[in-house]
Amino acid sequence: MTGAPFWNWEWVGRNLNLILDQTLQHLWLTFLAVGIGLIISFPLSVVAYRRRALYPPIAWFTGTLYTIPSLALFAFLMPFTGLSTLTAEIGLVSYTLLILIRNIVTGLRGVPPEVREAARGMGYTDRGLLWGIELPLALPAVIAGVRIATVTTIGLVTVTALIGQGGLGALMLGGFRGLYPDLAILIGVTLSVALAVAVDLLLFAGQRWVTPWSRQAGARVVAT
Amino acid sequence: MITLRHVSKVYNGSAPAVADLSLEIDDGEIVVLVGPSGCGKTTTLKMINRLIEPTSGEILVNGLDVLEQDPVQLRRGIGYVIQSIGLLPHRTIRQNIATVPELLRWERDRIAARIDELADMLRLDGGLLDRYPAELSGGQRQRVGVARGLAADPPVMLMDEPFGAVDPIIRGRLRDQFLEIQRELRKTIVFVTHDVDEAIKLADRIAILNIGAVVEQFDTPQRILSDPANEFVKEFIGAERGLKLLALIRVGDVEVEEGPVIAPDDDPADALREIERWGYGWAAVVEDGELLGWVSDRALEGCATVREAPTRRFSAYVTGDNTLREALDSIVTSRTNVAVVVTEGQRYRGILTLEKLTKELMA
Repeated sequence: MTGAPFWNWEWVGRNLNLILDQTLQHLWLTFLAVGIGLIISFPLSVVAYRRRALYPPIAWFTGTLYTIPSLALFAFLMPFTGLSTLTAEIGLVSYTLLILIRNIVTGLRGVPPEVREAARGMGYTDRGLLWGIELPLALPAVIAGVRIATVTTIGLVTVTALIGQGGLGALMLGGFRGLYPDLAILIGVTLSVALAVAVDLLLFAGQRWVTPWSRQAGARVVAT
Repeated sequence: MITLRHVSKVYNGSAPAVADLSLEIDDGEIVVLVGPSGCGKTTTLKMINRLIEPTSGEILVNGLDVLEQDPVQLRRGIGYVIQSIGLLPHRTIRQNIATVPELLRWERDRIAARIDELADMLRLDGGLLDRYPAELSGGQRQRVGVARGLAADPPVMLMDEPFGAVDPIIRGRLRDQFLEIQRELRKTIVFVTHDVDEAIKLADRIAILNIGAVVEQFDTPQRILSDPANEFVKEFIGAERGLKLLALIRVGDVEVEEGPVIAPDDDPADALREIERWGYGWAAVVEDGELLGWVSDRALEGCATVREAPTRRFSAYVTGDNTLREALDSIVTSRTNVAVVVTEGQRYRGILTLEKLTKELMA
């Protein structure tokens, strides 16, 4: 492939399917990681919120996970789970937990105490309070956490190319290894950045849509 | 009816927040718990709907022991309004008011009809109903809080400084409106405030609480003002006890004095005798029951009939609906030094004097 021009559009034309597949794969790996991350962090957050004493150990544990370098983590997991999606997802999910738990707990704690008291006084059950009031009110913070976790994960997915996964990371790695033209590296980088920006904007719009009350808060006050 | 029998609340290792409190609250009355901050009044209120569990004692609401009921069901049957209101920020005003009916699984149509009824009752403009709480003014939010508390038409309401978070002018208006509604609804209301004037204004009976929710006096506002049980009560109700008491008594509820009254056709000599008899130097001119004004003795000099003398209008009147405090204001600001009492149609009823008000205070 050496000697070919950098703007190798002919290669791109022939490999549109490959690029599309890797983009979708990238999105899928991200979606899985954030989705599983949410499923794990949600109950942990509720527990940490209800029992304050449990928050520090949970935060410490997820914080420790967060500090492990990704390459080291994958290397450590390899003997057990091999070059698999599982290995990739264990790593990716681990990195979402700290961000998600922190934001969900912050959101729940941000529910004004008088709102909680009034709701209990009117006969809300604990479960009704959680699902009907506390979670909806925590939603802006929760979605903010999902946005950070998603953008972070989109970046990290590229690294999993090293263990045979990677979505757009595989394009970059192929470029580095000379399997693909150099342009593939640029395409991988550009698309992963574009993906992060697009998904972030989408989530932002989604948040405004599901929390109309926070959009209008304080915007208009009419006289008595 | 709400009955508290020997109710105590003790938090570990501190003096009891509520110590052996017994109270009886009748159906349809407003009982205001008032006392200094930390006296246990809010704790008492919250024990009635079990937001706080009593350490010992018995609380009955409509004959049923609250401790034997499911707290969630209990609370759905008791209206609850707090100072900070606690409107649910993510739900519209309509949804906020519908909270308890929805928890009770009322049908949609019934809820919708009830919301309209309450909006009307509390004069909440229909346009507000689909807004979010953050878009409302403080006064509007307080009214929504009251509407929400009333939504499922509970026989018992617990209110913790529900008008505390707005400025005095709006607070006064909200209180008047609340009393107007209560006159119709006749709810059994336990109302907590630290503001003794609010207590006097709203209460059928006031319980003045000392630290530990010790009842210093439990009586009508009139009795508490005219006959405070002890120094604590006297100090708590503060200065202007006489004025506060006068503000509670309506002119219509006291006997007025006849006062110096003459007719336009009277002989001036008779008129002067009447003026002399009362000793004010003037008399009210009344024709067929209608008050025309007043004449002074000097104006009558040299007149053939009373009608010839220049009649001057009273600068102010009071009616049966005014309070004695307003009558007092009329007395001290009028040149005649009496308050003239008329009925709605300007019919003369009589006069109130300073001596008469003093006598009422002593009664």
